[in-house]
Formats: sequence, C-alpha cells, structure tokens
Amino acid sequence: MKNEELIHQQTEVAGVAHEAHPHYHKQSFITKYIFSQDHKMISRQFLVTGIIWACIGGFFSVLFRMQLGFPNDTFPWLEDIFGHWAAGGRISQGFYYTLVTMHGTILVFFVLTAGLSGTFSNFLIPLQVGARDMASPFVNMLSYWFFFIASIIMFSSLFVQTGGSSGGWTFYPPLSALGEAADGSKSGMDLWLTSIIFFIISQLMGGLNYIVTIINMRTKGMFMTRLPLTVWSFMFTAILGVLTFPVLLSSIVLLLLDRHLGTSFYLSDIVIQGKILPNEGGSPVLFQHLFWFLGHPEVYIVALPAMGITSEVIATNARKPIFGYLSMVGAFFAICSLSMLVWAHHMFVSGMNPFLGSVFVLFSLLIAVPSSIKVFNWLTTLWRGNIIFTPAMLFAIGFVSLFISGGLSGIFLGNASIDMHLHDTYFNIAHFHLVMGVASMFGMFAGVYHWFPKMFGRFMNSTLAYIHFWITLVCAYCIFWPMHYEGLAGMPRRYYDYSSWESFKSFEGLNTFISYAAIIAYITQFVFIFNFFYSIWKGRKVTAKTANPWGATTLEWSTPVHVPHGNWEGEVPEVHRWPYDFSKDGRDFIPQTEPVGANEITH
Amino acid sequence: MSMKANRTPTHPQKYMMWLFITGIVMMFAGFSSAFIVKRSMANWLSFNVPLIFYYSTGIIILSSISIMVARKFFRERQMVRYTFWLGVTAVLGSLFVLFQYLGFSELWAQGVTITRNVSFSFLYVIVGVHALHVVGGVIALMVLFVQSLSKKRKIYSSLSIDLMNTYWHFVDILWLYLLVFLIIEG
Repeated sequence: MKNEELIHQQTEVAGVAHEAHPHYHKQSFITKYIFSQDHKMISRQFLVTGIIWACIGGFFSVLFRMQLGFPNDTFPWLEDIFGHWAAGGRISQGFYYTLVTMHGTILVFFVLTAGLSGTFSNFLIPLQVGARDMASPFVNMLSYWFFFIASIIMFSSLFVQTGGSSGGWTFYPPLSALGEAADGSKSGMDLWLTSIIFFIISQLMGGLNYIVTIINMRTKGMFMTRLPLTVWSFMFTAILGVLTFPVLLSSIVLLLLDRHLGTSFYLSDIVIQGKILPNEGGSPVLFQHLFWFLGHPEVYIVALPAMGITSEVIATNARKPIFGYLSMVGAFFAICSLSMLVWAHHMFVSGMNPFLGSVFVLFSLLIAVPSSIKVFNWLTTLWRGNIIFTPAMLFAIGFVSLFISGGLSGIFLGNASIDMHLHDTYFNIAHFHLVMGVASMFGMFAGVYHWFPKMFGRFMNSTLAYIHFWITLVCAYCIFWPMHYEGLAGMPRRYYDYSSWESFKSFEGLNTFISYAAIIAYITQFVFIFNFFYSIWKGRKVTAKTANPWGATTLEWSTPVHVPHGNWEGEVPEVHRWPYDFSKDGRDFIPQTEPVGANEITH
Repeated sequence: MSMKANRTPTHPQKYMMWLFITGIVMMFAGFSSAFIVKRSMANWLSFNVPLIFYYSTGIIILSSISIMVARKFFRERQMVRYTFWLGVTAVLGSLFVLFQYLGFSELWAQGVTITRNVSFSFLYVIVGVHALHVVGGVIALMVLFVQSLSKKRKIYSSLSIDLMNTYWHFVDILWLYLLVFLIIEG
C-alpha cells in the first residue's frame, strides 16, 4: 500500500465514493496563502516572517553598536523614535540590555531556528524525498501558526511600559526570576517566557513532522543512503529539537513558578533593595544545567541545516560528487550525539566541580573531530572541481570560511583553563557569531539564492547578489575579527560603556570601526531584501528550458516550474541512484530518477 | 519490491505519536534530573507519598485495561460497547485527576504547601504536569466518544483509537515511573 493511500483512508464518509489518489481542490485566498497546509507555502511563510524578524533583530544590533561605537555622542533622532528609552539621544541602560537580549533571542530562535530550518526543512524535505506533502500537513500548518503567535507575543513585549526582557537571551535567574531585579524582568519577561513556550510547541510540531516524513514518506527507491545531505541535516536538526526543547520547557515551567507562586527552585538567600526574600534552598546553577542542555544543542539546531545546504550547493556548483558522503552522515550523527554531552562547557565559571569540567572539556574538544571531517570534505569537494561561482556557491564557500575561522576559536574556549579568562568576553562573542551566527546566515542566504527559482518560479538578480555577498563577507570579518583582540585583553561583553576603564580606552577607535562595519553590513542586507521581494514579482521567469538552472540531480528539480499542491502532476518519480552523480561517464550530471545503465558502476 | 507490496507500512502518525512521547519523556527527564541534583543539596526535606496516590495508581491501571477493552470492541466493530468502554476510560481518567487533586489538598491541609520546601515544590510540579497530560488525554477521549456517537460519520479506520491507546498507556506507565521515583527519591 502506498503512503498517500494510507494517509487518506483514515475517515471515510458513508455513501461517498472514495478515490485512492488525493485531490487538491481549487483553493480560496485564505486556504492558499494564509491557513495553507501546503508545505511549500508554509515554508515561504516561515521565510518571510524570518526576514521581518531579521530586520528587527539586526536593527537592534545597529542601535547597541551605536552606543558602543560612539559612547560620547548623542543622536536626537533616537529620542524621536524611542522616547524616554533614549532620553537626550542616548540609549538608556535598561533599553540597552533589552536590545542585547532581544537581538540574541530574535536571531537565535526566530531567525536561525524558525527562519532557517522552518523554511528549508519544510520546502526541501517533501520535495527531495519524493513525498506529496508532510506526514501531517495540518500539524505542519499549526507549527507555523504557533510560531506566528510566539512572534506576536514577543513583538508586543517590546511595547510594554517597563520594556522588553533584559536578562540576556540565556535568561539566567535570579535576574529573570525577580521582577524587582530590573525593569525588564517585570511583565516583559513574562511575555518573553510565554512567547518561548509557544515557540517550543511550534518547533516540536515541526520537528515531529520532519522526522516522520523522512523516515516514512520516501518515494520508491529513495533509500536512506540515497538521501541528499540537506535531508540528513534536517533530520538530525529535528531530532535534536525534539530531544532538547522539552527540557527548556521544563526549565521555563520551574522559572514561571518561581516568578509567580513563590517557589524556590532557582532562588536562595537573596537580599534585594534591602529586603530579605524568603526563598531558600534553590540554585541558579540548576537552571544553567537545564538551560544549556537545550542551549548547546540549539547552536547545532542552527548550524546543521546550514551545513546540509552548504554540502548540497558546493557539490552541485563544483560539478563533483560530494567527497565522503557516508562520513558526512556519520559526522552529522556524531555532532548530534556529542552536542548533548557538552552543555556544561558554558558553565566553567559557575563553580562546578573541576573534575566534571574536565569531562566536558574532553567531549567539547571531541566535537572538533566531526567538524573537521565536514570541513575536510567540503574542501576536497571543491578541490579540482569545475567550480561555478553562482551567488549560492559564494555564500556556501563563505560559510566554510566563517565556520573554520569561528571554529578555531572554539578550541580555545573549550579548554576550561583558558575559558576562565575568556568567559563572557568579546572573544566569546566573536567565536559564536562567526561559527554559528553569521555562518548560518550565510547558509540561509546560500539556500535562498539556490532554491529561489524553485520557490517562486523566478530568478534573483545575480549582480545585486554579488554586491550583497562581498560587502557582507568583508563586513562580517571586520566586525568580528577585532573582537578577538578585545576579548583576549579581557573586555567583558554586555557592558553599556567602557570609558570608565583605563585598560579598555585603547579600544575606543576599534569599537567605532566595528560599529561602522556593523552599520554598513546592516544596510547591505537591504540589497538582498530588495532583490528578494522585487524578484518574486518582477524577476526573470524560469522557463521549461531553465527548469533545472543549476544542473542539480535531486528530485525537487523534476517537478513542474510552478509546483502544484501535491508536487508532481503524475506519479511520484522513482529513484535509482544517489544524488551526487556529477561529471560521471562523460555526462555533466545524471538525475536521481534515471535508471542505472547496464555498464554503469553504481555508487 | 514484491515483498514490499504485501507489507502495510506503519502509519506516519503512529511514528509521530512515538516521537511526541519521546519529547514528553525528555521533559520529565529534565524534571527528574533537576530533582536528583537538588536532593543532594542542603535544605532538602524528604517526604512520604500520600496514601491517596496509591488509590489513583489503581484507577489509572484500570483505565489502561478499559481502553484495551474498548479497542478490542472497535476491532470487532461492536460500536455500542466500544463507546461504552471509551466512556469508562474517560471517567476513570477524570477520577485519577480528581484523586491527585484530593491528595494535594490533603497535603496542603497538613501544611505541606508548594512553597514550604523545594522538595514539595518538585512534588507539586511533577505530579501536576503529569496530571495535565492526563487531562489532555481525557479531552481526546471525549472527542473520540462524541465522534463515536455521531450517526452521520462512521469511522472504519482504527488509527484514532490506536493513537489514543498508545498515548493512554504512556501516561499510565509515566505515572508508575513517577510514583516509584518519588517513593525512592522522595
């Protein structure tokens, strides 16, 4: 029995003839564009919502970079927009912390988790495994709408009188548990936590769908060893999400009880504003354990899809089979498993047992092994390839570059003894922004440029894309490279103003330079946004001739130019080979749907 | 491929249920490990599980049996009996939640409030979150119950009752685990 028959046989209405094939009826505006159950539309919804969030989150970083780069200047227009939060044209301390917190929250959760894996898992999984839709299109739709509710709540928290949450995206108690501790820990924090609860539910619903679709809905001949690496990466991402987001949920439940019912899970012996709190017996370190059990896998939830997209784009545009396919899958598995055993390397300075710390050092450094395998494989795929520098390819290579640069500093931070010095400094900021922040953004850009013709049936403008790439790459290094030096000199992160420290005065010029680079990088992103939205309606059309513009082998390019609901008009094609038959037997590429010839050596 | 044609693949939504259960297990693993970590710290008051929780354990085990009976009658297409046993399961599930509530009010009356000590906070949270999952199950049971009463729609696929069955046994086993955990570690 076929999967699609199995799904559509559930409830039969008595007296109505039932056909085995699913029927996709003509849809109204609402069912097509708003409450859509089509995975491709949901993917576009995630993408556009993610872009809006990226504009907001990026703008926040520009605002706090203005404070850091020009601490003595005033900008009266800030007061016009933000009122008393920027009284006198300077961002207030409380608002500064809200900006930092929201920048992290928005970029990590709303852009690089929902925007990245929400977009590409949704779009590519059914198309690349040969399924008509997700295992449960309805749950998939709910996944987006829970994300939407989370977005609305998070956005509205910015407009509370006491300001949005300001305890950092890691929301450590007691700061986040006590409303008296800061203005941002009042109702802004409650809205923040509520929003994240909705976000977790959304991620779980999405993740369940992704895993089941990959395990259960593959077309005939699509063995697990014939899956494109994108699909493998999405599967491991979803597994990580399903295993770790519930733990974050339990930590939030305990935190909410501490906030509102007076329990003491995380609180003990606190004196605040001269008042002694009755809470006793709690431990904030407990929160850190629970939080980082999600928090660390979260960075792989962000990074793995970008790795998958990079692998696919590099192989396609180097016109070479990916080097070491199975080692790539093995490395995904290793990263996925190890990432759940390293959480306490974020807590070396929390006073935990040094012996325990050394175990976490070992596991953290072990992650370098699968990461290096991946980098090695990308470089060897590029080696002597017939490289076509499409915008997607440039961003994929950019990903590899940033991943190496950022990954190397991870070796320093993974050592407990060095981390004691570097903890919570700009070195750390530079590390994770390069390795998972900007790198994953590059993976996302690579994915958008590569699959835009499939998503919207039109091409993006390449010239604008090249401008976007080069300025972004140069700015990314200009922003984060100098931060390594600041961090090694001991400059702590999240501070509002460094001018009262004699030792950091020498960095004033460098900070101004970083801020200029950040502002230029932010403005450059609008080149992409203009290109994106302009091309949706006005871009060069994809015709039958250019239906497979990059000469890719995977199944999504075998669908019609305007992919219908249900993806393939006739039967779902059968798969006969792995997805990386490039430059084989004198042919540029052989699609997965082509049967293996009599004299051909299979992979 | 001829072999595959005869084989009915597992329904995707059954996989989904198992993954969903994995997620819930991880959530309770979070609570349990937090409990164990806290227990080794200062200021921990140990407690005895209230007697009434043993009664509720009996009730939820009975409800697991009754949903199996309901599923058996569904397979035999004895729909009246199926509806009856579905109802019995929902009533037993509600009774379970009620007994948990009674257990807590007894504790509260003895002065064991949620804020008195972290150990009691944990007791309330763990048992409370589990009860929420049972409430969710009871709501799903009621939906199935109403559906089975409908004259217009006849249900032939056993998917819903299978999923319900899996989930219900899961909350039952989860409770048994939590009870043993609280007895040993509490």
